[in-house]
Amino acid sequence: MSSIGTGYDLSVTTFSPDGRVFQVEYATKAVDNSGTVVGIKCKDGIVLGVEKLVTSKMMLEGSNRRIHSVHRHSGLAVAGLAADGRQIVSRAKSEAASYEKVYGEAISVKELADRVASYVHLCTLYWWLRPFGCGVILGGYDRDGPQLYMIEPSGVSYKYFGAALGKGRQAAKTEIEKLKLSELTCREGIVEVAKIIYGVHDEAKDKAFELELSWVCDESNRQHQKVPNDLLEQAKAAAQAALEEMDAD
Amino acid sequence: MGSHAAGGSQAPPTATAGGGETQRTHVAFIFYPSIGIVVFAFDKFINSHGLLMLLFHTNRYPYVTGTSVIALKYKDGVIMACDTGASYGSTLRYKSVERIKAVGKHSLIGASGEFSDFQEILRYLDELTLSDHMWDDGNSLGPKEIHSYLTRVMYNRRNKFDPLWNSLVLGGVKKGPKGDEKYLGMVNMIGTHFEENHVATGFGNHLAIPILRAEWREDMSFEEAVKLVEKCLLVLLYRDRSSINKFQIAKITTEGSTIYPPYSLKTYWGFSHFENPAQGAVGSW
Amino acid sequence: MFRNQYDTDVTTWSPQGRLFQVEYAMEAVKQGSACVGLRSSTHAVLAAANKPASELSSYQRKVFRVAEHAGVALAGLTADGRVLSRFLRNECINHSFVYEAPLPISRLALRLADKAQLRTLPKYALVCVKNFRLRELLIPVCTQRSWKRPYGVGLLVAGLDETGAHLYYNCPSGNYFEYQAFAIGSRSQAAKTFLERRFEGYNDYTPEQLIKDALSAIKETLQGEKLTSANCTVAIVGRKDDGTIEPFQMIDATRIQEIIDSMEAAEEAPPVEPSSMQEEERTSDAAPMDI
Repeated sequence: MSSIGTGYDLSVTTFSPDGRVFQVEYATKAVDNSGTVVGIKCKDGIVLGVEKLVTSKMMLEGSNRRIHSVHRHSGLAVAGLAADGRQIVSRAKSEAASYEKVYGEAISVKELADRVASYVHLCTLYWWLRPFGCGVILGGYDRDGPQLYMIEPSGVSYKYFGAALGKGRQAAKTEIEKLKLSELTCREGIVEVAKIIYGVHDEAKDKAFELELSWVCDESNRQHQKVPNDLLEQAKAAAQAALEEMDAD
Repeated sequence: MGSHAAGGSQAPPTATAGGGETQRTHVAFIFYPSIGIVVFAFDKFINSHGLLMLLFHTNRYPYVTGTSVIALKYKDGVIMACDTGASYGSTLRYKSVERIKAVGKHSLIGASGEFSDFQEILRYLDELTLSDHMWDDGNSLGPKEIHSYLTRVMYNRRNKFDPLWNSLVLGGVKKGPKGDEKYLGMVNMIGTHFEENHVATGFGNHLAIPILRAEWREDMSFEEAVKLVEKCLLVLLYRDRSSINKFQIAKITTEGSTIYPPYSLKTYWGFSHFENPAQGAVGSW
Repeated sequence: MFRNQYDTDVTTWSPQGRLFQVEYAMEAVKQGSACVGLRSSTHAVLAAANKPASELSSYQRKVFRVAEHAGVALAGLTADGRVLSRFLRNECINHSFVYEAPLPISRLALRLADKAQLRTLPKYALVCVKNFRLRELLIPVCTQRSWKRPYGVGLLVAGLDETGAHLYYNCPSGNYFEYQAFAIGSRSQAAKTFLERRFEGYNDYTPEQLIKDALSAIKETLQGEKLTSANCTVAIVGRKDDGTIEPFQMIDATRIQEIIDSMEAAEEAPPVEPSSMQEEERTSDAAPMDI
């Protein structure tokens, strides 16, 4: 990499001569190395899915969570450093709570995304801080319907129909583009997300992984919650079957 | 005579966001030889002109208040009841306010006293149960924990001379390691709290408790419990001028909580005791 | 050791997206003597190998009681560990003051992890405290003052709550994981290998069986040194059959010695698998002629 050894890449408050902030780019690398995170916006809601890499078989299922609720109607999926992600989650929770305290209604997804993004951005502005080593996908449901945002370590946040972060993001994006998101229901969506996660998982590099799925849709009463166990198992089975079919071809 | 000496002053920190140079509530004791010790609370802060300001807390009064709440344990859980009125001073100003609410999955809260303070308490509890729900780790606050939390809040506010003007009843059922555990307790504006098989707040503390003491049993069915509660409510309706004939009953069992729609009780005002009640009373009325 | 220009402080990302200071702190965990933890659905057991720093000194305590329902075992910088166990005690006391109920273990581990994570974030946060406007902006980011390095200690947090017994591993990076069984510290790999062979049955183990496996796992890390009650500590917490709590406590040295002796006796009896009641039963079922 051309940046290494130039001395322009040691602090987040240093621009390189060609106008880049390398420390932010390096932090993004931490996100790129993590398990894949996928979020899609279906016609009736949002589905979030995470490929959670499992380092030890003695680790229990459900530990080291990567999807968190931040309010009744919204959830965050974290790619990158899980510990940094929790920091963002607790900020998002307190923003959502304080908004509701002041305005008496749940925070809109856009507002929440904006506030979380400015918090993430804040950490790229001072030399005594470091940018977060994680990107998040925020899904929520408000009076304007379901919405999906992705926030990167640089602090940018965009609204998406479908978003992916982590190792398999390129392949995942290609798969998401093939979906007819405007016609897809969340029930179908969870199967598609499971298929994508199973599909991009690289068995040669990482052995075990756990699929974490959550949704917020009409079926879940517009509450963000874990996908019910029976549906999760169905989705896993369908993804497994699709994978074997692909291998057979 | 008339001279006084400041007995002492202490400054418990108030809960503030961010910490640092914020308002603090101070408590001062002044000894008047003719009266005794007078305790009062004030906020000390620097105003925009750099002057030291003292803001004394005057006595606070409740404005809109609800009257008694009655609750008792029965065979399957806890039943709670109250009327739906709220008075502005002594005027029966609001006729259908709900003074019993569900808290989380395992508890019910009922309140008498200042209605706006109750609404504030509900906001606290909502925040509490929401964060509990968001952890989604299989742990949840049971009625005992919520009662304990309320106890801390109420006693803390009382010590700041800024009490939440309520008597709160907390009932619930939660599965514990030793099977289902029923819980019923209350806490009032000065932080007094206890657990009981049956509780009543406000006027009910005087008029309903004797009835409950005489007739409550541990193995009451829901129907029997409703009958007993209605008996208490009726006595209160006759004797408590703040009560109205529109009641709400709620129950909580392991299956969850149910708050029933309001209804009225049949009254009979023809009792001889009710005719000319002032007769034979010695005094101004 | 290799060194590079990206590894001297905790606020610098390497071009590969790594935080070397945090990774080095993770290495500190491996310097301490080993700790193991394992749990059934009702009980959790922690065990530690005690290594005196010199022959003339005593060993550092490695297992700490945090509350009636929880305790920790630690490997790495014990001084950091004591700070953290005091923090945990505070959290438990505060929680039980407000709610008159024990703090759930998952949330205990989470608070510990958040505290560790903050250590991996800022450099000289004092600066932002002095500047009033920045303080408003940044206090949520860095609630600490001039702390400059991540904690160099790994903790096994074991305890009991309404969802049963739990075991968590908290590492300096601020990550935490829930395990059925785990080992940390020097030569913990041997103990991990031992546990990995057996952990699937742990949910149904009795407290006695858990203790035996904990001791066996510790033994694996001693590299041939003899296991005695003097060089190990074992603690247990759990729920009794009647639903009451069996508080977190260190197991008495004489009792440990008894268990070790019985394990050794079983080892010497040839056909029986060491220290496993279940295995014993299985062998006797499968091949009755052997007896």
